[in-house]
Amino acid sequence: MRVSRLDAQSDSFEELAMPLFDQLYNFARWLTQNREEAEDLVQETYAKALKGFSSFQLGTNFRAWMYRILRNTFLTSRTGLRVTNTVSLDSEEDGPDLAVGGATPETLLIDRSSQELVRRAIDELPVHFREILLLCDVEEMSYQEIAETLSIPIGTVMSRLSRARKGLRGRLQKQLQAG
Amino acid sequence: MVCEPWKEKLDLYLDGELLDELRVFDAHVRNCPSCAADVLAGVQMKRAIQIAGKRFAPSAEFRQRMQLHMQAKPRRSSIGFSWMTVTAVVAILAVVGLTFTYVGRERARTQQVYSEVADLHVATLASSSPVDVVSSDRHTVKPWFQGRIPFTFDLPELQNSEFSLLGGRMTYLDQTPGAHLIYELRKHRISVFIFPEESWRGRLDENSSVTKELSFSVETWSRGGLRYFAIGDAGGADIDRLAKLFKAANP
Repeated sequence: MRVSRLDAQSDSFEELAMPLFDQLYNFARWLTQNREEAEDLVQETYAKALKGFSSFQLGTNFRAWMYRILRNTFLTSRTGLRVTNTVSLDSEEDGPDLAVGGATPETLLIDRSSQELVRRAIDELPVHFREILLLCDVEEMSYQEIAETLSIPIGTVMSRLSRARKGLRGRLQKQLQAG
Repeated sequence: MVCEPWKEKLDLYLDGELLDELRVFDAHVRNCPSCAADVLAGVQMKRAIQIAGKRFAPSAEFRQRMQLHMQAKPRRSSIGFSWMTVTAVVAILAVVGLTFTYVGRERARTQQVYSEVADLHVATLASSSPVDVVSSDRHTVKPWFQGRIPFTFDLPELQNSEFSLLGGRMTYLDQTPGAHLIYELRKHRISVFIFPEESWRGRLDENSSVTKELSFSVETWSRGGLRYFAIGDAGGADIDRLAKLFKAANP
């Protein structure tokens, strides 16, 4: 969502921010894994964004700006600190290597149409893998937008996404084999 | 293997990021059953994540609460500056004196920053665990920030001073990650915040003397590309002494 100077001047913060409400809430729920905390997080995000709207640089990416506020607010929340303290970014697990050939998680997913399995697998991912998968595949952000949102270089976006997908496939494979 | 370079670019292709080589990749996939199978699997996985990921919707009650909350706030358009308004204001300012207004605006902007710094200071001290790294040893606190913030700094030697270091934590101000250090002086808690200067360039003076904000004494200065804030309920002279120790440690 690129905001031109003229548009942003005539649009109110509410007009820009409220269309993002549903997706920000969805993202907040995935991060916090708790309804009340997600509501608090979204509410705090909007309050901070409104307060800082004057510092928002017109012509830059408003959606990435809002997601960045939400994520930073989450990281400094009690839950965010607990999660990031227990899962170090340096120890990004790649998940098990998958056997070549035979049934893959993708083909089994079609057979069983098991969305619950995917949800559970996403839920089990470390938060830095979960968030990048959601931003890319659910919010359909470009790598550039993700880099802006997470404040990381594009090269890190690519490598982290790759590890997140590998981790997800590994977990799905395990669940499917167990089921 | 001929496919190997393409397999490495599979994610870029699926995510719509393979702009330059898109046609070549397409052509390869049409003639390579192995890569075609990988693309199909990738598309299925992306689709499955997309469906599973759109899982939560806000409750009607929460949506209504937020809408009421937003409507209660002043709208940007009503307080913002359209070009016409700006032009009119500029014309008036030419009469009443641009300089005076400029100074006033700068002061308001600076006070907004001070107010946010004061909020952070108070909110942290009110927390049950104000610091994430509890130590009076600067050689313990400084390394704790490694990998957590995108810059480094030196902590002053406090052996011959009345200040003692209580610990530190990571913080955010204006969406910028920074370091928050807490010091004690005769039961007064003083916060020192450090952020990259580029976030504040043009918004604050290079150095400030101690000023009062919400009854707190606050001083800010810029050194080596970093912006420092010292704030607390101690006297202005105390805040200034701690600021000088930091300036000496980070020349």
